Amino acid sequence: MFKKILIANRGEIALRIICACRELGIKTVAVYSEADENSLHVRFADEDVCIGPPRSTDSYLSVPAIISAAEITGADAIHPGYGFLSESAYLAEVCEACHIKFIGPSPNVIRLLGDKARARRAMRKAGVPILPGSEGPVDSEEKALKVAKDLGLPVIIKAVAGGGGRGMRVIRDMKELSKALKTAQREAEAAFGVGDVYIEKYVENPRHIEFQVLGDHHGAVVHLGERECSIQRRHQKLLEEGPSVAVTEKMRRKLGGAVVDAARAVQYTNAGTFEFLLDDKQNFYFLEVNTRVQVEHPVTEFITGVDIVKEQIRVAAGERLSFKQGDVTFTGHAIECRVNAEDPETFAPSPGVIHAFSVPGGPGVRVDTFAHSECTVSPYYDSMIAKIIVHGRDRQEAIARMRRTLEMTVIEGIKTSIPLHLKIIADPDFVAGRLSTAFMERYIVEKKPSTGSLAETA
Amino acid sequence: MEFSDIERILALVKEHDLAEFELEREGLKIRVRKSGGVPTMFHAASPALPLLQATAAPQALPAAAPAAAAGPVGPRLDEEESLELAVVKSPIVGTFYRSPEPGAASFVEVGQRVKKDQVLCIIEAMKLMNEITSEYDGEIVTAYVENGKPVQYGERLFAIRTA
Repeated sequence: MFKKILIANRGEIALRIICACRELGIKTVAVYSEADENSLHVRFADEDVCIGPPRSTDSYLSVPAIISAAEITGADAIHPGYGFLSESAYLAEVCEACHIKFIGPSPNVIRLLGDKARARRAMRKAGVPILPGSEGPVDSEEKALKVAKDLGLPVIIKAVAGGGGRGMRVIRDMKELSKALKTAQREAEAAFGVGDVYIEKYVENPRHIEFQVLGDHHGAVVHLGERECSIQRRHQKLLEEGPSVAVTEKMRRKLGGAVVDAARAVQYTNAGTFEFLLDDKQNFYFLEVNTRVQVEHPVTEFITGVDIVKEQIRVAAGERLSFKQGDVTFTGHAIECRVNAEDPETFAPSPGVIHAFSVPGGPGVRVDTFAHSECTVSPYYDSMIAKIIVHGRDRQEAIARMRRTLEMTVIEGIKTSIPLHLKIIADPDFVAGRLSTAFMERYIVEKKPSTGSLAETA
Repeated sequence: MEFSDIERILALVKEHDLAEFELEREGLKIRVRKSGGVPTMFHAASPALPLLQATAAPQALPAAAPAAAAGPVGPRLDEEESLELAVVKSPIVGTFYRSPEPGAASFVEVGQRVKKDQVLCIIEAMKLMNEITSEYDGEIVTAYVENGKPVQYGERLFAIRTA
């Protein structure tokens, strides 16, 4: 087992990893930028190293700074958390070269699954249902037109090396294809350095369903069920829950089995999440694999009782998974809200100092946060300041529990997305489980101009 | 960025009594630092911006030729005092060495006069030896770190009297 783990991250996930390490008796090293000098993860780690100025590129994204910090503190493993360098095959490789364990999959697996086109091919080979599309990148207009005709409109053009919604274009009319192809290629080149794009069938108003997977270095791979993450704005998740109301026991067993087979086929180790679209005819379509622990992992932890971060650490240290697939049970329902330091209507970031901070307890409530009274929310990093997760015996209780928890949460001094979350969970469609990735549109369309004269036309 | 924009920035720095101002966008980086004129407090621990960062090239792993870098410098002392002290801070994380190799003489000693671009020390990071050079002519007044000790980003290395 590791003696000392360096956490190459910040904020709530750094604290999460510290929690697991403390419980396992492992020493921790926090790295921080100058902006995070007083952050909780620095306070609660056994050692800390300042690795750079506030900008991420010069600190949390700096492989030399992080590896150097591991060397001078004698850390024998690095946990990359999520975001930042968590899916960097380069960091994983440098760790290997420096005899530091990278807590995640191997560099080759990260690289394979990080390339969207290669990942699709690997999944198709392993029998995972994928969205029909171009096999590999589309390099000419003729090929693009042929693929689009074969698939049938609508189709979507996507960047091979991308994510987060950039380098994407939906085509509903053949006339748009040529121009959209060129634009997407340019955008992809600018955003990711690689201009290759591929084309997929586009599913209207799908659900976003993802499966949590864990693999060890002894050949064991299990799935921990699904999470539904359809509530998204610009491909950023706002609320996640598990299980999904749209996934039956039979569907879960079938797709879970396919996911485990696919993970085995690529020799997947450590934690990972396989993302899918689900259409209204119970068809799953593979999207991508996230080769890291995810923000919404607490949802799965609540309904299965598995400590995913501890399993990550134990697997990386060479131990076997502490349970088999047959031991995995799903109890009750969990919902997570990502509380962001943002205006709940305009989504404008709201950094600043938090003057009052109070989160309620009570049964079935978990809050993962680095925020506290008199802490500064800086503008340099993403706006998520807390995750509020609740668990109930069923979905109805979970919703009621989330509502009272949000209502009893006090965060003063900055704006937060809590009023928006309250609106979402009160929405009749949400309560009925009628979700899709188009759900959030109702909160953006609703913004009408404030001038009376404009509203009065027609 | 137009020349008039630069003029406006300079005017703002003067008007608001800023000691330092940095702007970076669209491939352009501007740093304005006020020297003399308005007295500023000598503050050894202030987070000064490094002028140049020594970064190991991401592609190279084992040691190549030593990379030269200028260490960051802190704000100047009150003009009324005869001392002008600049603090050299570490631009990277690594292990600090006073001499080019074990057993050899230190690059610099306290009391020694140094010139601009003179090598003050080496910080080793990921098997790469980074030479930290002086930005100023002056005299070494303090050496803060013992040979072979780890240093983090922004840690004080030397104080140089530049008067």
